[in-house]
Parts: sequence; structure tokens; C-alpha cells
Amino acid sequence: MQAADRSLPTLLQKIEGIGHVTMKWVDSLGFGTALLYQSAFWLCCGGRRKQQVRLGAIVSQMMEVGIRALPIISLVSITIGLMLAIQGIDALKDFGAEHQVTYGVALSVVREFAPLITGILIAGRSGSAFAARLSTMMINNEVDALRVMGINPVRFLVVPSLVAMMIMVPALTLWADLVALLGAGLYISTDLGISMGTYIAQTIAYLGTDDVLHGLGKSFVFGVLITLVGVINGSSVTGGAEGVGHVTTRAVVHSILSLILADLLIVFLLTR
Amino acid sequence: MMEPFLDPEPIIEVTNLTTHYGSRKILNGISLTVSKGEVMVIMGGSGSGKSTLLRHLIGLEHPSAGSIKLLGQDIGTMTEHDMTQLYRKVGVAFQGGALFSSMTVGENIMLPLREHTKLDQKTMEIMVRLKLEVVNLAGFEDLMPSELSGGMLKRAAFARAVIMDPVLLFCDEPSAGLDPVVSSSLDELILRLREALDMTIVVVTHELESAFRIADRITVLDKGDILTIGTVDDVRASTNKRIQDLLNRHFEEEILDPDAYLARLTGEPEGMLSQS
Repeated sequence: MQAADRSLPTLLQKIEGIGHVTMKWVDSLGFGTALLYQSAFWLCCGGRRKQQVRLGAIVSQMMEVGIRALPIISLVSITIGLMLAIQGIDALKDFGAEHQVTYGVALSVVREFAPLITGILIAGRSGSAFAARLSTMMINNEVDALRVMGINPVRFLVVPSLVAMMIMVPALTLWADLVALLGAGLYISTDLGISMGTYIAQTIAYLGTDDVLHGLGKSFVFGVLITLVGVINGSSVTGGAEGVGHVTTRAVVHSILSLILADLLIVFLLTR
Repeated sequence: MMEPFLDPEPIIEVTNLTTHYGSRKILNGISLTVSKGEVMVIMGGSGSGKSTLLRHLIGLEHPSAGSIKLLGQDIGTMTEHDMTQLYRKVGVAFQGGALFSSMTVGENIMLPLREHTKLDQKTMEIMVRLKLEVVNLAGFEDLMPSELSGGMLKRAAFARAVIMDPVLLFCDEPSAGLDPVVSSSLDELILRLREALDMTIVVVTHELESAFRIADRITVLDKGDILTIGTVDDVRASTNKRIQDLLNRHFEEEILDPDAYLARLTGEPEGMLSQS
């Protein structure tokens, strides 16, 4: 009887725990939606309130998110291109269809690999930096200081990063498309003995505009998700330096998870 | 207990302010008024609710009940746009400075001007240098906040708080963690700012010496209640035991009955122990 009495509170605690987690997720979802709405508001109507979003801030974020990520994106993309070409030729050889490798590589790079790998890299690189910056600012009262100076933190901190991500993640994805296809082309042309010109012509013939747009559209969504997840985690910080470390890690894990889930959802809706 | 020389126009009016953190009550329906040109010190030990009161006064938290009026406007019912307008007339110097680490000291101080005015760069730079002169930090505008000492950070924060020449200035623990010399220079700075710019100043502190030096009136908070509001002499002469404990640094030990103490140590609810 006593054992049953003791297990009852633990069961209740577990149910309560599930409730708390659900509430937290719903809360985050609501916060994310409100952030999007507020960002759109400040971007469109900030000027009327004499609180414009500074172009300089957007450009400097674009430099940080986009231009400085070019080397790592290029390196990873060329490696992925080479890897796909090697795997593709090896797998298709059994059916004597290795000449079809260009088709497989082109589609998988443009529709899936380039947007996803770029998204994951930017989540690790800029999403984490954004969460760390925001959480440090929260802890040092810098966000409060902005508020009492009459400067809206969403307009000042979030919108420049959001706009930079919306532009630069698709731009980087396009770059990743090109570099990965080039990497694959180098291996395919050498291994199958076709000229680079033929490879490029084949790739262009196989790829439709909608394939490229499919990838770029997804990367736009990824850019928005990385920023929102970074803000939601960064602004929920508690505690000191340990808290910053915790939310930074969580921001990366949550953004990557949200990218993959969003990818699945988009693919499911658009390709069935 | 209003000082006769003060302008009776209230700059801050707090009425029955009650606040909670979760289910824990922090402030128990407190009321106070701050007049124009006054230096009001809010004093109390740790956990007295003074920082919570400050966060409510500057509109960073919303009360569970009661109202706060700043410059005649109820901040609980104001739109965000009106709050932005109000914040142009209010300055806040945070405890740790809260300077933006990615900007130089000069850029930090210039930020409110850049965001709220259309002044040209040259004028803004002159205004920044003027304020840096006031806080004795002339020539430090190109340094990063990480290159400043604790006292310098606080002074830079003061410069940023007064760059828009506010009517009302809030200071959170201006002398906490500083040596006595720097701390007294900050007290002087507060008095000088009041004289030079005719501000109403609210200072939250637990430093007695500093409070007695700068205050026109002192509000003593304890466990979410106001023990007294009065002049320095009133507070010194108070017969209230809690105030005297605070002034004489006397620690009051919490008296608990043995059962409650045992229950607290074991984490079991009271009464369970006697049953088992």
C-alpha cells in the first residue's frame, strides 16, 4: 500500500513534467511567431516610428553570416560533390549505368545536399554565435539597457540578423550548388573519360529551374529557422556563463533538428 | 514627509505596488512618491525587493497589482510607442554598466543620440566628449568596454544614461564592488549631475555611507515592505528595530521551532516525520 502511495506522486510528477515540456514548446512556438510578426513590422513600418532598421547593421551581419562562411562552405561542398560522384559511380557500375551518375548527383546536390549542408553549417557557425551573443547580452543587462533607451531589441538585434540570413543562406546554397557540382564534375569527367564541357551540358539538361528553386526556397526557410531558434534559446538564458554555454549548445541542436524536420515536411508536401 | 525646499510636483508616483516572481510575493503593496529635483535613495538588504522595485519603476517588469506613474503617465497602460517617447526623458545606469561589448565607449554613449535624434556625426561626437568630461573619462571614447575598470565602466554607463539630458535618472547600486575612493567619487558625480542638469535621481543601494551622503530622502525596504520613508536624519533617528539592525549591521537570526527545522533539513513535509 505504501509502495502504491509512493509511486502515485512520481507518476503525477511525470505527467506534470510532460505538461511542462509541452507548455514550453507551445510557448516557444508562440514566441517565434510573435518575433516573425514583429520583425516584419519593424522592417516595414520602422521608418514611420522613427526607428529604422539600419542598413549598416544588415550589411555587417551579411558579412559575418555569409562572406566569412564562404571558405568552409566551399570546402565542405567540394568534398560532398566528390563523395557523391565516387559513391554514385560505384553503385551504378553494378548495373552498367555509371553514365547516369550525373543525373543522380545533379538532382541530389541541388535539391537536398547543398541546402541541408549549408543550413547545418550556418546553424553551427552563426546560429550558435547569435544565441551566445544574445544570451550574454541578456545576462549583462544589455537588452534591458536597449529597452530603457527606447530602442526596440527586436528591431535592433533580431531584424538585421534575420534579413542577413534570409539573403545569405540561399546565396550560400547557390554557391554550394556550384562548388559541389564542380567537385563531382572533376571526378566524373576523369573517371568516365568525358569532357568537362559534356558534363556541364548534361547537368544543365537534367536540372530544371524548379529543382534549383526547390533547394533555394528550402534554404530561405532554413535561414529563418536558424535565426528564430537562436533568438528563442538566447533569450531564455538563465544563470551565468554556464547558462550561455547551455543555450548555445541547445540552439545548435534545436536548429539542426528543426532544419531536418522542415526539410522532411517541405519535401513531403512538394514532391508527392 | 516632504522636504520644504523641494518642488512638490511628483515625478514618480507608486501606488499599492504588488509584485510576484512565480508564486513568491516580492513587494507587498508599497506606495511612494518622488518629487522633482529630489535624490531618493532606495535602501535595503539583499532580498528586500529593492532591485525588483527598480525593474518595475523603469518598466522592465509588469506588476501583479498597483500602478506606477512616471512624469504623470501610468506606465502600465501606455503603448510601446508612448513608452519609447517616455524613455527619451529617462536615463538608467545599470549595476554592471551594461555597455555593449561590441561597441567602443564613445559609440555606446552616442547610441541614444544616433537612434533618437538627427544630429550630425560631429555634433554627436562633441556631445559624447562633453559627457565624458562630466564623468572624468575624457579621452577614453575609443576604448572598448572590456578595456575599462569596474569604476570606469560605471562612469561610462552614467555618461550614456545622461547623454539625452534626462529629467529622471535611475542608478542601480552605483558603489557596489568599488573601493571607497572610487565609490565616493561616484557619489559626488550623482550630486554634481543633479546640480548641473537639474535631474530627479533615484538610487538603489545597500551602501549606508553612500546613501546618507547623497540622499534627500531614503526609502528603507525590508522583505517587500517599506519600513520608512524619510530624510537622512529621520532614518538615523528611527526607533524601528529592523532599521536600526540595518544601520548597525546587526544580523537577525531566524527563529525556527525544532520540528520545522528538522522538516526543512530532511525535505519532508512537516508532520510526516512524527508519523514515520
